Amino acid sequence: MLSIRQTILNKGNNILNVYFTAGHPTLESTELILKALSESGADLIELGMPYSDPLADGPTIQQSSEIALRNGQTIKNIFKQVNNVRSHIAVPIILMGYLNQVLQYGAEKFLQDAQAAGINGLIIPDLPMEIFERDFQSLFKKYGLEISFLITPMTSDERIKQADKISSAFIYIVSQSSITGKKGGISEKQIEYFTKIKSMNLKSPSLIGFGIHNRETIDIANHYSNGAIVGSAFIRAIEKKEIWLRLFLILWILCATKLILLLFRIFSSLKFSFQLENTIGQLNFS
Amino acid sequence: MQNIVQDISYNVSDSGFYGEFGGAYIPEMLYANVEELRRKYLIIINEPEFQMEFNDLLRDYVGRPSPLYLAKTLSAHFGANIYLKREDLNHTGAHKINNTIGQILLAKRLGKKRIIAETGAGQHGVATATVCALMKLECVVYMGSVDIVRQAPNVARMQMLGATVVPAESGSKTLKDATNEAIRDWINNAETTHYIIGSAIGPHPYPDMVTRFQSIISEEIMWQIQEKTGKKYPDYVVACVGGGSNAAGAFYHFLNNDKVKLILAEAAGKGVNSGHSAATSILGSKGIIHGCMTLLMQTEDGQIIEPYSLSAGLDYPGIGPLHAHLIKTGRAKVYAATDNEAMLSVIDLSRGEGIIPALESAHALAILGEIGLKKQDNVVVCLSGRGDKDLTTYLQYIEKNNIKL
Repeated sequence: MLSIRQTILNKGNNILNVYFTAGHPTLESTELILKALSESGADLIELGMPYSDPLADGPTIQQSSEIALRNGQTIKNIFKQVNNVRSHIAVPIILMGYLNQVLQYGAEKFLQDAQAAGINGLIIPDLPMEIFERDFQSLFKKYGLEISFLITPMTSDERIKQADKISSAFIYIVSQSSITGKKGGISEKQIEYFTKIKSMNLKSPSLIGFGIHNRETIDIANHYSNGAIVGSAFIRAIEKKEIWLRLFLILWILCATKLILLLFRIFSSLKFSFQLENTIGQLNFS
Repeated sequence: MQNIVQDISYNVSDSGFYGEFGGAYIPEMLYANVEELRRKYLIIINEPEFQMEFNDLLRDYVGRPSPLYLAKTLSAHFGANIYLKREDLNHTGAHKINNTIGQILLAKRLGKKRIIAETGAGQHGVATATVCALMKLECVVYMGSVDIVRQAPNVARMQMLGATVVPAESGSKTLKDATNEAIRDWINNAETTHYIIGSAIGPHPYPDMVTRFQSIISEEIMWQIQEKTGKKYPDYVVACVGGGSNAAGAFYHFLNNDKVKLILAEAAGKGVNSGHSAATSILGSKGIIHGCMTLLMQTEDGQIIEPYSLSAGLDYPGIGPLHAHLIKTGRAKVYAATDNEAMLSVIDLSRGEGIIPALESAHALAILGEIGLKKQDNVVVCLSGRGDKDLTTYLQYIEKNNIKL
């Protein structure tokens, strides 16, 4: 299994990193979605650990987290779910969650169990870089886990360099100063910011996320970084109960080269599609 | 304000910690704003011009100093000298305005055009809307939709003052969720907006900044108690605690005087072990809420538990990091009062002294019987706010529970 970074470097560009919340829309759907994403060609998967108070997230991820928690999702169960699919899928899996979840589980035990489950790395938006370096960096190394730090249009060059230095997976370029799930186009100011970062020749690969929801925004992400992170848009797609169709659409837009593989996978494993559809069909979305 | 720079061992460290509590656990999207505040807040609030403007407004606009009143009926009842620090007499009816005046002056100096705030009982929201009207800045207040119902008079006041009140519909729809929404707004509008946090919570430097602006309370208590009793300090200072701003302000100048016993009153809701409580120090454990390491109510998995208190201002699952530190080190002692005990104290104070307290403040009165007061003890209770906003709650509670008046 390749590391997150190596996966990005090997392919070079047009990386697609898809986020979804573990336990949403159902507990059972997590493993199915992991497999479906892997089989349809996602390069990386970001698995959200649902949190009661996700400060950096917009309404879509908040609601998916509430549903996942109501479904009874726990950290232990997420590890179990990843472990269950690990032998079937090779795509790197990144856990995304909040620091309090890691601390309550016990930081070292968390990292140990994450490694054992086959998780490759973490993104923790409220973990300051300084505290990571002081308290966590050596533990991450010990358990072979990668980390990505976020940078925003307001992040100073000095901090961008610090994020570059200590991010062992990739730099997470937050496309705008906002919470997740914003729709709309990309402004000139954002392009200036992406251009600046590109010109800094950072040693880490980078992916652009937050507000990536359509062809235009994905093209821009691919142009200015190694690829795109799609979260809220994917969750909204799942919620429309059209997961396989949406998957198809999203991936068609994103990974034209993988289209044939995707078609083959989806239509040759109808049983799987039905299973997935049934799972999701059993839910009553508001 | 002259004393606010003095070095206090219970004071915040350079890196923003009170012992093991505090810090700034924030997403990168907020880093630039919080860092700017951290770099500038002490420089700005120690400028003579700032202090002059702050003190003038506290005197002429807020109506400070607030009186220290010897409550004779209460004193007779408890067998000690009970002094009420009358923050309820401030403009807008609570201590909250001390902090909003300070922060609006700071926001202006930072060049911010827009102000946001969270509010539980609505007192901080009203105090923020008030200073925004005064300084002609746009004001948006986030308030849990449950609190909007139970504190309707304050919602009307905010609207009257020109603020936009945005209901927080997530989670328990109370103070915690209003704070989440305010933080999200700040992330979306970081460059233009200053977030006026009303409690001694949040990422560093907020807990220290709020505490310093509220420290006017203990600064006044120091000279007032001397005037009234001839003694340099009281034996007890008692305050209710949700996030902890009035307690932080009432304690500040006594933190290093261990002859002054510091007492916190938490909201037990329907009882500490009823499953409907906000008694953070008993039910909480160390963790992160709203950007700081502190004590909070949480599950094994680190999910924040929705608290309960009849009082919207204390209905918060965390406690300020200063208070977590004071509790952990034994410097402050905590007692918990139930909704019912607080209600009985509301009635006692209304009938006994002619003062209708806020439900939050009544928690501080409700625990006076438990702390072992002796005759001649001088006790200062911070009466943090007045009860106008709670009248509907009071009348409903009295009727529902057949309380005989």
